[in-house]
Amino acid sequence: MSGKTLYDKIWDAHLVANDPNGETILYIDLHLIHEVTSPQAFAGLRAHGRPVRRPDRTLAVADHNVPTQGQSRGVGAVADPEARLQLETLGRNVAANGIEFFPMGDIRNGIVHVVGPEQGRTQPGMTIVCGDSHTSTHGAFGALAHGIGTSEVEHVLATQTLRQRKAKNLRVVVDGDLHPGVGAKDIALAIIGEIGTAGGTGYVIEYVGSAIRGLSMEGRMTLCNLTIEAGAKAGLVAPDQKTWDYLQGRPASPKGGAWEMALSYWKTFFTDLDAKFDREIHLKAADIAPLVTWGTSPEDVVSVTGSVPDTTAIADETRRAQVQRALDYMGLSSGQRIDTARIDVVFIGSCTNSRIEDLRSAAEVARGRKVAGQVRAMVVPGSGLVKEQAEAEGLDAIFTEAGFEWREPGCSMCLAMNPDRLEPGQRCASTSNRNFEGRQGRGGRTHLMSPAMAAAAAIAGHIVDVRRLD
Amino acid sequence: MTPFTTLDGKAAPLDVANVDTDQIIPKQFLKTVEREGLAKGLFYDLRFDEAGNPKPDFVLNQPQYAGASVLIAGDNFGCGSSREHAPWALLDFGLRCVIAPTFADIFYNNCFENGLLPITLPEPVVRQLMTEAKGGNHVFSINLADQAVITPSGEIVHFDIDPGRKEKLLKGLDAIGETLQHNADIGRYEYKRSLSTPWLEARP
Repeated sequence: MSGKTLYDKIWDAHLVANDPNGETILYIDLHLIHEVTSPQAFAGLRAHGRPVRRPDRTLAVADHNVPTQGQSRGVGAVADPEARLQLETLGRNVAANGIEFFPMGDIRNGIVHVVGPEQGRTQPGMTIVCGDSHTSTHGAFGALAHGIGTSEVEHVLATQTLRQRKAKNLRVVVDGDLHPGVGAKDIALAIIGEIGTAGGTGYVIEYVGSAIRGLSMEGRMTLCNLTIEAGAKAGLVAPDQKTWDYLQGRPASPKGGAWEMALSYWKTFFTDLDAKFDREIHLKAADIAPLVTWGTSPEDVVSVTGSVPDTTAIADETRRAQVQRALDYMGLSSGQRIDTARIDVVFIGSCTNSRIEDLRSAAEVARGRKVAGQVRAMVVPGSGLVKEQAEAEGLDAIFTEAGFEWREPGCSMCLAMNPDRLEPGQRCASTSNRNFEGRQGRGGRTHLMSPAMAAAAAIAGHIVDVRRLD
Repeated sequence: MTPFTTLDGKAAPLDVANVDTDQIIPKQFLKTVEREGLAKGLFYDLRFDEAGNPKPDFVLNQPQYAGASVLIAGDNFGCGSSREHAPWALLDFGLRCVIAPTFADIFYNNCFENGLLPITLPEPVVRQLMTEAKGGNHVFSINLADQAVITPSGEIVHFDIDPGRKEKLLKGLDAIGETLQHNADIGRYEYKRSLSTPWLEARP
């Protein structure tokens, strides 16, 4: 019998029962909730008179529709009445069910996928779910983590379990050294560009190889965060010394004797040498350049030194029409060099890239430079604690002196559910995760890239290779 | 949940790949605490221009597809955000079945929680169904028990579906109610877990 993958081991450790209908009932260790995808779940519980089974394994934050200014004025001051209702509803639901909540304005509040790891709630070998597709982020710790719908949120609240079908195992190997100026975001975009946005459908991806080992925990979070953009159920990086170092001393990390016990438990979560994967993909780190997206799907990637597709060179008629549609939406011409695209807005933030290392990397580019005249550039830290840390390091001063706005934590312009959004036709260099049509505001045009590349675009006023910035 | 057994209705062809859930229901419609009333936001940016007027070329605005209950779409339908507002909006609009070559995982799961039938068929077959739906007669019949799509021309196309999920739709089962029947198993697991990972029992 062959060995087990990391995914197999986490699955087996959480198996409660196998239902005759082919579903497995898996126990959920940590359930993260937020204001947008939870109200109907609580309403469902109320309608059936069902209690929350494990309020102690549930944590709530307010992130999707909070404004990124004036948070200290409280929810009552949120201008949008619908957003306010959702935020107030979350407050009522968590109070009624004894669930811990970091409300808007609390320094521990922030984007759900920044808060979980930062607080030490996210731990190796766990199962973690949230009504948000970017829950895959937590896989960076060797936790099986994925997004769920609201009916499943209700199911987890009521039973602390989820009905699941096992996915297949896909191993993505990235070996070698990355070039300077190339990071986790570029690895992730390179993989999505390689396998496509449906390339991972039906699989859990485990990322291995020397380039992955070399990533910091925050880099691994960026990589696992973008796993959903490749269509995969979840992404995993096996825990190692970097994981223990990150976790030690966090508020919810085990302490004293429990730390030693936890460590020996966590160390059982690795893929056996003789484990079999259903599919493998290999990339060489040295082949990866700083990447940006040119189109309206995260798979539409191009090296910053390259050009958008030349439609006359596409033989397949359906594909040609798709590319043309994306180019038309993006306001780009067939074959245009990507670094000629002039930028209106720069957004540095989101659950993909709003952690302290992301802000340091952007600040390094911004230091002593000025944002180009026509550009509105904003930096939105992922949590109150990230903001505090950045301010302690003087990053806020670097950004504001360069002409960036320094804002309060939240999902912000990643999804435009709050006041931060693009106007029709505006072109944005964004560190977020989705360049879908209208994602950042109706008619908005999104180019995904790393924090350093986004900062460089703010300075240059157009997409630019950060390695060649004057 | 409303069971899904059979369906006779018009099928609308949406010949686009990678239809993401931001397109199915844009973010401004997610600021609700209700499941109902989302039809107004379905495919909003595709259905309406910036002044809020219907775009005549969008398939669901064309009179021959008024009242459609089946949508035939391209590859990787429902990718992106996990928002269950996507199936809620499709259902609220009257669509009860989506046929596509592939679906994104979270959207696919969400369909079964709501009595919306997602049918996966090979790309050439979907293409053929789309061609028929573009013709003069757009009325398709779907029979879940028989796992069959009957096209306007009378052709019977068989589709595969997981037996457990099929039963869930046919009976309109309440997943939570079913799982709560395993209450003793969950309790036993929690006891075992309290011994193997006791640090997770203490509230942080």
